[in-house]
Amino acid sequence: MNIVVAIKHIPSLADELEVNDEGTNLDYDMVDFVLNEFDEQAIEQAVLVKEASGGAVTVVGVDVIEELDGVLHTALAKGADKAVKIVGDLEPGIDSHTHARWLADAIKEMDADIILTGVQAADDLDGQIGPMLAAHLDMPYLGVVTGVEVAHRVATLYKEYAGGMMGKYAVSLPLVVGVQAATKPPRYAPISKIRQIAKTAVIEEIEVDDDGPGAAVMLRKMSPPVSTGHANMLPGDAEAVAEKIIAIIKERGLL
Amino acid sequence: MSNDIFVVTECLDGKVSDISYEMVGKAKELAAASGGQAVAVMLGSDMAEQAGTFASDATIYVDDPALAHFNPEAYGKVVEALAAARSPRLTMFGSTSMGMDMAAWLSVKAERPLIAYVNSLSAEGDELVATSQVYAGKMAAECVPEGESAIVTVLAGAFSVEAGQGGMAVEQIAAPVPLDGLKTRFVEMIMPAAGDIDITAQEKLVAVGRGIGSEDNVELAEELAEALDAAVAASRPITDAGWLPKTRQVGKSGLAVKPKLYLMLGISGAPEHLEGMKDSSLIIAINTDENAPIFDVAHYGTTEDLFDVAEAMLELLE
Ligand SMILES: Cc1cc2nc3c(=O)[nH]c(=O)nc-3n(C[C@H](O)[C@H](O)[C@H](O)COP(=O)(O)OP(=O)(O)OC[C@H]3O[C@@H](n4cnc5c(N)ncnc54)[C@H](O)[C@@H]3O)c2cc1C
Ligand SMILES: Nc1ncnc2c1ncn2[C@@H]1O[C@H](COP(=O)(O)O)[C@@H](O)[C@H]1O
Repeated sequence: MNIVVAIKHIPSLADELEVNDEGTNLDYDMVDFVLNEFDEQAIEQAVLVKEASGGAVTVVGVDVIEELDGVLHTALAKGADKAVKIVGDLEPGIDSHTHARWLADAIKEMDADIILTGVQAADDLDGQIGPMLAAHLDMPYLGVVTGVEVAHRVATLYKEYAGGMMGKYAVSLPLVVGVQAATKPPRYAPISKIRQIAKTAVIEEIEVDDDGPGAAVMLRKMSPPVSTGHANMLPGDAEAVAEKIIAIIKERGLL
Repeated sequence: MSNDIFVVTECLDGKVSDISYEMVGKAKELAAASGGQAVAVMLGSDMAEQAGTFASDATIYVDDPALAHFNPEAYGKVVEALAAARSPRLTMFGSTSMGMDMAAWLSVKAERPLIAYVNSLSAEGDELVATSQVYAGKMAAECVPEGESAIVTVLAGAFSVEAGQGGMAVEQIAAPVPLDGLKTRFVEMIMPAAGDIDITAQEKLVAVGRGIGSEDNVELAEELAEALDAAVAASRPITDAGWLPKTRQVGKSGLAVKPKLYLMLGISGAPEHLEGMKDSSLIIAINTDENAPIFDVAHYGTTEDLFDVAEAMLELLE
């Protein structure tokens, strides 16, 4: 069984986000890039499926800032078998549609039985790539999934809804899944193992260069949201703040 | 292209989700400005009654046993066929478990631009302007879709529910495309596990987020909750990590709560979390990042370290 995981490098939300001089996008020079948190879950889910049902895991991503090797090595250390990166004269930016086309073309060559993506990424202004891949590859898609099991060419999936409800689905392979959380919390790969893999691993490269149809969305302006209200910030050190919080709670008759 | 606006509504467990009304209300306003109709679209089986609860200008209800439960493959095909036949200028989906499965797929299939995470929509002349909340609510992107027809996914809670509620004659139709040979099969709905405390019934909640750092530190929140006679709730990363049971998760894919006190330790305030708690009577946020979106929603806030504040509170309460 060929299991493919699409992974995405995105600006770290732990950083202070700054807008570029034109006010039309982030200033990408000012942020670190990290692996989308849901991709950690997708990688874990892929390795769990491989452990339970056999197969090989290929991890593929678009190398927007030429720093993707680290996350690919980490994925290999966690149990992926092969790493592929899409390269070219690329710039970070928000266009899931273009990336979806590139990825779909790359995945077409992989004879995939199950494609796992993160359920979404924080920078997907023009939508998630999972359902786009499904449309390009003519496969079914199910997202917001928190568990995948495969037997006899059928995937059993658990999809989350609001209010703690969950839908159980059976989908015949091949398919695309948007992973919210793996069946188990992601495993940890020791740094020493990642370092060792980095020395020997071969990352396959796929070169892209095109200006086909993109998102067709014009981004006029990006800025921190205009807040309609702001919390009343409590002054003083932790002790003063603690005292004040307790006083507020008491005032409301809640203590 | 027509000037109509499609709203793909949704039902969960037989009940219309509020987001559907929120979108219908907004669609009516936009359609009135552009001279089109706000068309509510509902897919289901034996749900004509629910389909008749919208204040839309028209409602199309597609009835088929294959649509009884959400199935992205079946629903996608039906919405694609309807949109192709009636060419709406805008198709609105909820930014929900259902809407997210269909919108981006339709965007590629129908070659229509998509703007996700939308919390503001307006018409400027012939142009549609949408504001998308990206980077977990830390940035607002003002966008204009190119071309004549677009798709959006709308964040829950962005528009008024009341404006979309009403009663309208329903045009009931059969599925416009064959729904046999589907590769996706709905098996069953699994209801939330009972047994743990019910956070929706609590008057006071202490909510922990990723800022708590490690599983061991959750104990501090538990002690604080006990001293306040409150229960412990959590953001998604905490329940995903298994540090607290899923029953404690507040937000989009967890529970919606409305306690008298929601004391937050290290939660950033992503839209998916806000969805589940923004109507709490008293929200106090402890978060070291002064730019955390939660401070736009909380009533009181502090950027002091959560551990220092929690420990000081414990001492004072003893
Ligand atoms: C389909 C979907 C459904 C989702 N459903 C939900 C849901 O139901 N509920 C939910 O919560 N999320 C949900 N999410 C996830 C959501 O997008 C966010 O990732 C999540 O809410 C972030 O949780 P957090 O605020 O705890 O973590 P973070 O965003 O990482 O925030 C941690 C915060 O802690 C602060 N902090 C760190 N250390 C300290 C310290 N010592 N003292 C004080 N502050 C500190 C940081 O400044 C930061 O702001 C969903 C996502 C998707 C895609
Ligand atoms: N450029 C990309 N390269 C590889 N995978 C991607 C890329 N963009 C999105 N994905 C996948 O799609 C998921 C959802 O991201 P997004 O489409 O941005 O919402 C990610 O978690 C990845 O699994």
